[in-house]
Amino acid sequence: MITAAASMSALGLGLGLLLGAAARKFHVKTPPVVDEMERILPGTNCGQCGYPGCRGAAEAIAEGGAPVTLCPPGGRDVALKLAEIVGVDCSGGPEISGMTDIEPQVAFIFEDHCTGCTKCFKRCPTDAIVGAAKQIHTVIWDACTGCDACVQVCPTEAIVLRSKPRTLQSWYWDKPDQPLAALRTGAA
Amino acid sequence: MGALLSALLSSIRGGVHPETRKFLSAESPIEPMPIPALLRLPLQQHIGAPAEPLVARDDHVLKGQLIARARGPISANLHAPTSGRVIAVGPFPAPHPSGLPVPTITLRPDGADRWAPRLPRLRPEDAEPEEIAARVAEAGIVGMGGATFPAAVKLTLRDRYRLHTLIINAAECEPYLTCDDRLLRERAEEVADGAGIMARALGVTKIIVAIESNKPAAAAAMRRHNLGLGHPVQVRVVATQYPMGSEKHLVRAVTGRETPARALTAELGIVVHNSATAQAVHLAVRYGEPLLSRVVTVSGRGVARPANVQALLGTPVADLLAHCGGLTEDPDRLLLGGPMMGQPIRSPRVPVVKGTNGVLALTRAETRKAETMPCIRCGACVRACPCGLTPFELNARIQAGDLEGAAAVGLLDCVSCGCCSYICPSNIPLVQGFSFAKGKLAETESRKHQQEETRRLAAARTAREEAIAEAKRAAMARHKAQMAEKKRRAAEEAAQAAEEAPAEPQEAAK
Repeated sequence: MITAAASMSALGLGLGLLLGAAARKFHVKTPPVVDEMERILPGTNCGQCGYPGCRGAAEAIAEGGAPVTLCPPGGRDVALKLAEIVGVDCSGGPEISGMTDIEPQVAFIFEDHCTGCTKCFKRCPTDAIVGAAKQIHTVIWDACTGCDACVQVCPTEAIVLRSKPRTLQSWYWDKPDQPLAALRTGAA
Repeated sequence: MGALLSALLSSIRGGVHPETRKFLSAESPIEPMPIPALLRLPLQQHIGAPAEPLVARDDHVLKGQLIARARGPISANLHAPTSGRVIAVGPFPAPHPSGLPVPTITLRPDGADRWAPRLPRLRPEDAEPEEIAARVAEAGIVGMGGATFPAAVKLTLRDRYRLHTLIINAAECEPYLTCDDRLLRERAEEVADGAGIMARALGVTKIIVAIESNKPAAAAAMRRHNLGLGHPVQVRVVATQYPMGSEKHLVRAVTGRETPARALTAELGIVVHNSATAQAVHLAVRYGEPLLSRVVTVSGRGVARPANVQALLGTPVADLLAHCGGLTEDPDRLLLGGPMMGQPIRSPRVPVVKGTNGVLALTRAETRKAETMPCIRCGACVRACPCGLTPFELNARIQAGDLEGAAAVGLLDCVSCGCCSYICPSNIPLVQGFSFAKGKLAETESRKHQQEETRRLAAARTAREEAIAEAKRAAMARHKAQMAEKKRRAAEEAAQAAEEAPAEPQEAAK
């Protein structure tokens, strides 16, 4: 019985050491760019990119399998920053220049259709939806990122994404025409 | 002669000399206006947070009654300008170039103009500075030169800065506008008293009233009323030069000292208030009257009878124009404020607000809409810029989409005075481009802020969910432990029972 116990513990110890050594030797370091990219991504893990969360998306970009334009809530700004990190290699997807500067989107709830099922506010990654069971829910626009998660779970299709309404605070003048624009049209 | 010399000396760097066209309304005395059929009172007539409405539809309000309360430290109260019935509290186009709807209280005056109890009178000679500032806040007074910064906030600056001078800004450098000129000519005593009260609130003894040299009558009137609450009110004639009315430039012209970039003039120990604000403070402190009306210059060649009107806040621009004989022709542009920095409005239905110093109907002959030509690098804009910037370079960077680059060469120091656009021989819309760039930069900044907030919210949610899961696990474990304990106890009891049960027969056997 002593031999059996001794041999089993020796085997266990030996295999344990082997595993430990292997973990050290074959350790795969996550590239620091992944962390860096994860910081740039919104961090809501909304899943619109098709990867498991923002970390997954960052890893996919680092491996080169995903375009930098994968994050719809992040929009053009995030794409530009990601492109800066991975270099201008964005051949995997649509060009950034083609990516229009989309207006920020927010969720809007049609109150007539809301049944108060609480599915959407359980799903919201930024807690931007308030409500209770059998009460009409509403969206806090300042906190909404327009990630689409609530739209998909709503059983009555009462939620749509809309462009964020402009207020006096966020309004600004349009860019005036280029000085040469008039001449160009005149020549044409 | 002395005035001329002083004016020559008190000039600023750069600037332009647009045709003032003040003669259109300068000789028409301030006239009251009949109460219009409807008053529209936006909840935000000031810089800062919008006020919170205290009335609902169908409420009857009295003149001077508080109808919306300031929300937060940078905000302003709003009072009913006359007695009447509230017929709506809801969105209405703002007096703003965007014409976006903003929360507005609509009042139908009953014509009785019945006063609510006024604010208790305050004797400024004995009042504490804090009391005066609190009264100014209560009366909803904001900077009436157009910036609309809550005046009370500026009266509490002595907590943070060592102040020594109060400058009353009556430069009125914008062409066409004559409301401050008329106010000084007709109500110099009230302005001087208001200035004295503000000086007491600020704890300063030196009061200077700065007036451009093209308003000698106003300067003379002010010299006649040269005492404000016992302090001498000094009149300083400055050069007629646009943008003399800009706070920092006025301080430069009067004291020769330059305010640091993006700092307050209070850092130099100087506070600047508009002359109309001083008069409003006088009314609020001496008579307990909140800010209910203001003097508005209605001018431009498109107006049949240019005038200076004492208009109730919320008076629709259309009513004001009708009071002044209506429009002579379809105006090319309808402006709130002066022609240099005023805001074009889309519809004459929008109301007069606390910061509206002028309503201008400019005809085609007065607006210059010339074709934009390429920049010829003449440098006229650099010479004209009162802030020492290089507008052509800023513009080139903005056109190339390099907003950060534009900010690096001083975009945020631009005061949007419009001298560069005025002087440009190629008619390049320089200041318009800067307004766009500033808005765009602010938007980028707010998006960055929002991204950080999003991350914070997401992290908070994850933490909460983990805590809930952890609590569930702990409850589960506790439950399990309890169950195990129960089982163990049951087993023990059973064992004991078993032990006791067979023990008896054994004993019996013994």
